[in-house]
Amino acid sequence: MDADRDKGASPGAPRVDALDKACGRQRYAADETPPGCLLAGVKRAGIPHGRIVRLDTAAARAVPGVVTVLTRADVPGTNRQGIVHKDQPVLCGQRVRHHGDPVALVVAENKDALAAGLAAVEVAFEALPAVFDPEEALSPNAPLVHPDREGGNLLAHGLMEKGDAESALAGCDVVVAGRFATPAQDHVSLEPPNGLARLAPSGRLTMVVSTQAPFRDRFEIAQALGLDPQRIRIRAPYLGGGFGGKDGATVQCLLALAALRLPGRWIKMAWSREETFLAGYKRHAAVMDIRLGARADGTLEAIACAMCFDAGPYAHLSGEIMELGMEHAGGPYRIPHVRIEGSCAYTNNPVGGAFRGFGVVQACFAVERAMDMLARRLGRAPESLRLQNALRPGETSAVGVAAEPGTDVAACLNAALAHPLWTGREAWKQAAPAFTRRGVGLVAVQNAMGYGRGLPDHATAKLELTRQGTFRLYNSVPDMGQGNAAAFVAMAAQALGQPEAAVACVQPDTAACPPAGSSSASRTVYTFGNALLRACRTMAEKLRNRAALALLCDTPDRLVLTPGGVSDPATGRFVPLSVLAGFLIRDDRICIDQFVMPVVENPPDTGREFKLGFPHRYFTYGACLCGVEADELTGRVRLVQCLLTVACGKVFTLAGVEQQLAGAAAQGAGLALFEELALEGGRIRAGDLSTYLIPTSLDLPDIDCLPLPDDEPSGPLGIKGMGEVGIHGPGPAVAQALFDAVGLDAASLPITPEVVLAALEELTP
Amino acid sequence: MNEPMDIAFRLNGRPVELTTDPGRRAIDVLREDFGLTAAKEGCGSGECGACAVLVDGTARLSCLMLAAQLHGRDLTTAEGLGRPDAPHPIQTAFAVHGAVQCGYCTPGMTIAAAELLARDPAPDREAARRALSGNLCRCTGYVKIVDAVLAAGAALRGEES
Ligand code: FES
Ligand code: FES
Repeated sequence: MDADRDKGASPGAPRVDALDKACGRQRYAADETPPGCLLAGVKRAGIPHGRIVRLDTAAARAVPGVVTVLTRADVPGTNRQGIVHKDQPVLCGQRVRHHGDPVALVVAENKDALAAGLAAVEVAFEALPAVFDPEEALSPNAPLVHPDREGGNLLAHGLMEKGDAESALAGCDVVVAGRFATPAQDHVSLEPPNGLARLAPSGRLTMVVSTQAPFRDRFEIAQALGLDPQRIRIRAPYLGGGFGGKDGATVQCLLALAALRLPGRWIKMAWSREETFLAGYKRHAAVMDIRLGARADGTLEAIACAMCFDAGPYAHLSGEIMELGMEHAGGPYRIPHVRIEGSCAYTNNPVGGAFRGFGVVQACFAVERAMDMLARRLGRAPESLRLQNALRPGETSAVGVAAEPGTDVAACLNAALAHPLWTGREAWKQAAPAFTRRGVGLVAVQNAMGYGRGLPDHATAKLELTRQGTFRLYNSVPDMGQGNAAAFVAMAAQALGQPEAAVACVQPDTAACPPAGSSSASRTVYTFGNALLRACRTMAEKLRNRAALALLCDTPDRLVLTPGGVSDPATGRFVPLSVLAGFLIRDDRICIDQFVMPVVENPPDTGREFKLGFPHRYFTYGACLCGVEADELTGRVRLVQCLLTVACGKVFTLAGVEQQLAGAAAQGAGLALFEELALEGGRIRAGDLSTYLIPTSLDLPDIDCLPLPDDEPSGPLGIKGMGEVGIHGPGPAVAQALFDAVGLDAASLPITPEVVLAALEELTP
Repeated sequence: MNEPMDIAFRLNGRPVELTTDPGRRAIDVLREDFGLTAAKEGCGSGECGACAVLVDGTARLSCLMLAAQLHGRDLTTAEGLGRPDAPHPIQTAFAVHGAVQCGYCTPGMTIAAAELLARDPAPDREAARRALSGNLCRCTGYVKIVDAVLAAGAALRGEES
């Protein structure tokens, strides 16, 4: 295999951002430090729940080099941030609800003064009873995280129902039941959250932030601080990773507050790694109870699933994450009777938020594990049970939506079954080195694209012909590493018949780019790409028409854009774009167009409570094979093989698809085998990179990615979103592989060496 | 704060001097005093490798080095390996082989690769993985990074890649 890979396929043209980044020349938000810039930092609670009884900033103010110390009393506006529910204070005034809650903001001339200032803030709490288990949080006597809130700790609850699951389960030949759990996960973007802000004398607030949602940030800041959103300008340069962790306010409101109090000064805030663990958002830990029933021949009849998500103390997008998890809880299978119940509980753990996979990671682990249980009960091979029940185009999904035409999950499974890693698996297992055992697992996955019905998934794209006759595209959706900016440049260059070098790309800037939503939900290239291609078409038509004047041609349709100009194939004449640009005023050199993702037309009433984001129309499908090797002496598990097959529409660039799939699988593998915050009383014990372990180059195999022939006619150049689908497989596939290897039937992640050793002991009496 | 100290070293091929607190971190000296921001701070505690620089040909973590330790040394950052208009073969290979996603780990990865290829011009995938194991990447899953290191090795050996 290595030999094959070393020969390598032709890698294609590199991404336009790649060389600058490789040479260390790309400037991220963290690299901006204007002269005279002040530094801001946050004093955090350090206890899970308490009332602030004393907050004294006098000593901190007296530290040389400290410029100001701000508390809740200094916050204008509502002091409340949050994407949907505004329940998270910018600075806590009375109560703290988790270890990372902010109580004071210190601004200083330099790092030493900032550290000394933060240490000198005196804060005393009266500890309050806290709750750390989401199910306990929902019991009647649990301590309340938001005491005045109607509904207590139940942040969100909902039901998706199709048919009659209870009666159907009662009539099934076999029913399996299990309880499954997935842990909280930290994004570990290599660039921690950071940004800069400055209030100009004109009253305009300018910010540079490592953010996935600059347009939405303005409204969040404006609301929290009582400002006019139109007076806030945010730039989002390339991000050093995001994965959902920079979707929602991190440094934004705090920085804006500091800037308001210190007009004219640039202020920078950069979270350390430890602070990011402490205060950053996490993937929601979840517990899922499933009952899955089938006929004796393996036909799935019914599923009942209850999912409970740990939201931490603030809502963020918990309700929406729960919704998407529920929508995926039936897996990519044909199941007539379905009842999915979801709940989200407030606790005093770290704050749950968006993370690649957005509720689906949790749901997928549970349903795939339940499928394995069912297969065993039926005496069936896990892959054949999946194939038998795989959802086909036109059939209705677990929540009653007709699957779109296109390559389906059965094709993804079949492609994996035909792959040498599968066909050669028995020989590979036999070849296990001494004192190791090998096993192989194969699971099916799916991931919806876009925001879903009720929340228009919209983008506006702007394209400019410069006076020099080149193009400038205004990317409105931050590139957190997924390569959308480069994809947009490549798409525009192709559509305009120009080399990529002739298309410059402006990164998101709310003052220059029209809004286009967040960088999330596997929507970026699909939605903005469609808007951009429309703008390109308008531009091309305009240029052909203008060129027709110059070339004295009555049929502009026969003209073509060629590098640097417009040509008439009939006459061989050519007019340079620079000449055309000279005739156009700036307004005429700009094309703006938009796109809204189509939604399910006659939505079923299976999830009627969900007004925002249900249901989804487009799904990307896949299958994931994992081969593991367990060490009999240490219980350590190595992921030795990993294959992802995927149906994600047409492939725009193979490298781009592979990048997303392999990167997502790596995060999924981390969740499967190592990543654990080790929460204790709401405190993260593994709060740095020496204790919270993410996969290194030695922990992962050469992940194989196989996108299948597919086409999504509504997508730009036939593509579908695929930034998330790769993360779901490794958890359940590793679990299935470990059953194959050592008979371990894991119900929760991560699967640690201790758990594996215990299983091995049972195996060898 | 310590007494300022005069520090002289070679930085990306040029002699440089500065007078500064010898207890400052090397990464801060590079980023703040020289405006060289290729070395990134991913953790500040020696765990991620994003801040790696070559010191006398050895990959070192600039977040763990002090300014005083730079004196008399020969330092190369990713900016010193090459520029976009004249890239180092390692940088070219990273770009061409799709090894760059968010790019935040990339300068450090190229430094680790440079050290490896100087020591072992024809590493296999396993050797490349070992050499990169102190550099975390959260975006790629490492496959294309390993591809790039091997291709850079081939290019430096003068072979067709
Ligand atoms: S910043 Fe130096 S190792 Fe992470
Ligand atoms: S490319 Fe993002 S961390 Fe490596």
